[in-house]
Amino acid sequence: MNDTRSPLQTFLIYLGALLILVWSGGPFIWQFSTSFQLDKALTSGSPSLIPHPFTLEHYYNAFVEKQLHRYVWNSLVVSLATTFLCLFVGSLAAFALSRLNIKGRFGILMVILSVSMFPQIALVGPLYLVATNLGLLDTYTALIITYLALGLPLVTWVLFGYFETLPREIDEAARMDGVSVPGLLWRIILPMSLPSLVTTGLLAFITAWNEFLFALAFTSNIDRQTIPVGIANFTNLYYVPWGDIAAASAVVTVPLILLVLFFQRHIIEGLTQGGVKE
Amino acid sequence: MSAAATIPSVGRPRRLGKALPGALWALLLLTPAFVSLASVSFYPIVNGLYLSLTNTSLITQEQAFTGFSNYAELWGDPQFWNAWWHTIWFTTASTVLETVIGLGMALILCEAFKGRGLVRAAMLVPWAMPTVVTSKMFGWLFDGQNGIINYILLHAGLIDQNVNWYGSTDTAMITIIIADVWKTTPFMALLLLTGLQTVPNSLIEAARMDGAKGWITFWYIRLPLLMPTLLIAGLFRALDAFRVFDLVYVLTGGGPADSTETLSTLSYKVLFSTLQFGYGSAVSTAMFITEGIIALVFCLYLVRQIKRAQ
Repeated sequence: MNDTRSPLQTFLIYLGALLILVWSGGPFIWQFSTSFQLDKALTSGSPSLIPHPFTLEHYYNAFVEKQLHRYVWNSLVVSLATTFLCLFVGSLAAFALSRLNIKGRFGILMVILSVSMFPQIALVGPLYLVATNLGLLDTYTALIITYLALGLPLVTWVLFGYFETLPREIDEAARMDGVSVPGLLWRIILPMSLPSLVTTGLLAFITAWNEFLFALAFTSNIDRQTIPVGIANFTNLYYVPWGDIAAASAVVTVPLILLVLFFQRHIIEGLTQGGVKE
Repeated sequence: MSAAATIPSVGRPRRLGKALPGALWALLLLTPAFVSLASVSFYPIVNGLYLSLTNTSLITQEQAFTGFSNYAELWGDPQFWNAWWHTIWFTTASTVLETVIGLGMALILCEAFKGRGLVRAAMLVPWAMPTVVTSKMFGWLFDGQNGIINYILLHAGLIDQNVNWYGSTDTAMITIIIADVWKTTPFMALLLLTGLQTVPNSLIEAARMDGAKGWITFWYIRLPLLMPTLLIAGLFRALDAFRVFDLVYVLTGGGPADSTETLSTLSYKVLFSTLQFGYGSAVSTAMFITEGIIALVFCLYLVRQIKRAQ
């Protein structure tokens, strides 16, 4: 189609592409640059993208004064546990729905998917009471159990979509060989689904890593609070420490962005497979 | 698997011998997911419904059945309606903006150009970033004194003095909508892009052969074929926008003067600041019902569109 384009059209397309790039990357690049600038430079009235003078002061403040690493540790524990649980429970469900000839399986899938649209604020009150009664406030367990249910619909949906693309002949052949049902899942389907497991795992990880509402309600001290709660509470007595916030933002976002960029192709495919089939 | 062809007949009796019936396996494998969703999603909804009919309070330790008195109070509560309207306004504005701008982005990405992969990858950055970080980031970008947005607008001559974006009742909601549009539009664009790519190229080529201009092929071929994707993406976006919490709670906390209070932030405050779990549950149940109505209206419209297309 390139040959039918006029120079003006080509120019507009590149301009549009540039705008999208600035839109998507600009704000974070600014935040990243902010994290290396002195407070004096930030409030001088003449902002600059290049940090001058360059400083790591904000990173020092974030880790030493505000104990950022403890939030990071809590988030890692909760998010990794959630990811593995989500993959385990989600692949069992997706496998059953895709391979075991269940009646009304699309109905079941729709119910599972619609759960992800429930307003979370309607869940947090009753769950808080349950957590209180079971003594689970300020524990990793309460967060992991909640995040499992939050991540499960998407994980099941994406894995189901992937399992559906694997040819049925495999099942037949395995059955002929006398492979049992769990053997089919564990030894044949899952090893063939590694790329999909990695991306769905990443999705579950991001869900847990970024979650704020439940973490805010269920945890009240730095021993169990996750990163979003930590960053939300990043305030000083007399002024907003924008530099420290920027540093913390960079620490918790850059690894996530690198992971996402590395797996971007799979993520887009995985997340949009539902839309394409319509 | 390759061994399957060599021993085709002996497998059958062995399988029958040790396997559970298929239906039992299905039940067994689905149970963990059901237990998880039932206890963390369905139970709280039902329990919330019950709590909303009581005067449960964690301060007075009361818990008596009071019928619909919470809902009667809700009906006459200006704070609730204030939050309700803000939420509807936020949902409508952000969904429309995100769909329209997202469609524009998707149309650009549909064309072949150098560096398309890079642009597509960059578009995942706002999506992957924690919302709390987005919120703080916009707090800095739109800061009333040293924010870069004020600096740029001031130097471009678009404003003559610094705007106190999220610190003033006139502009606070707009700032939150801008932040939400920034975060969600690129992902919306990627969703719509996959929809656009399923429109057969031959159709567009044929229209071009007949001399149709760019916008005519868009209006009469691409847009109608994209409609189902557009509506479904819009529905999910609207339902998600309706729940907005992180962005508001962190950027403005519902202020200034309740000008950005939404249903989620109001519920949270009633639940966890005043500890009135009965009344708070009534607020969140009312929210659940509104959300259900939005979904229903969308679905009815979608079904009608699909029927008309057939």
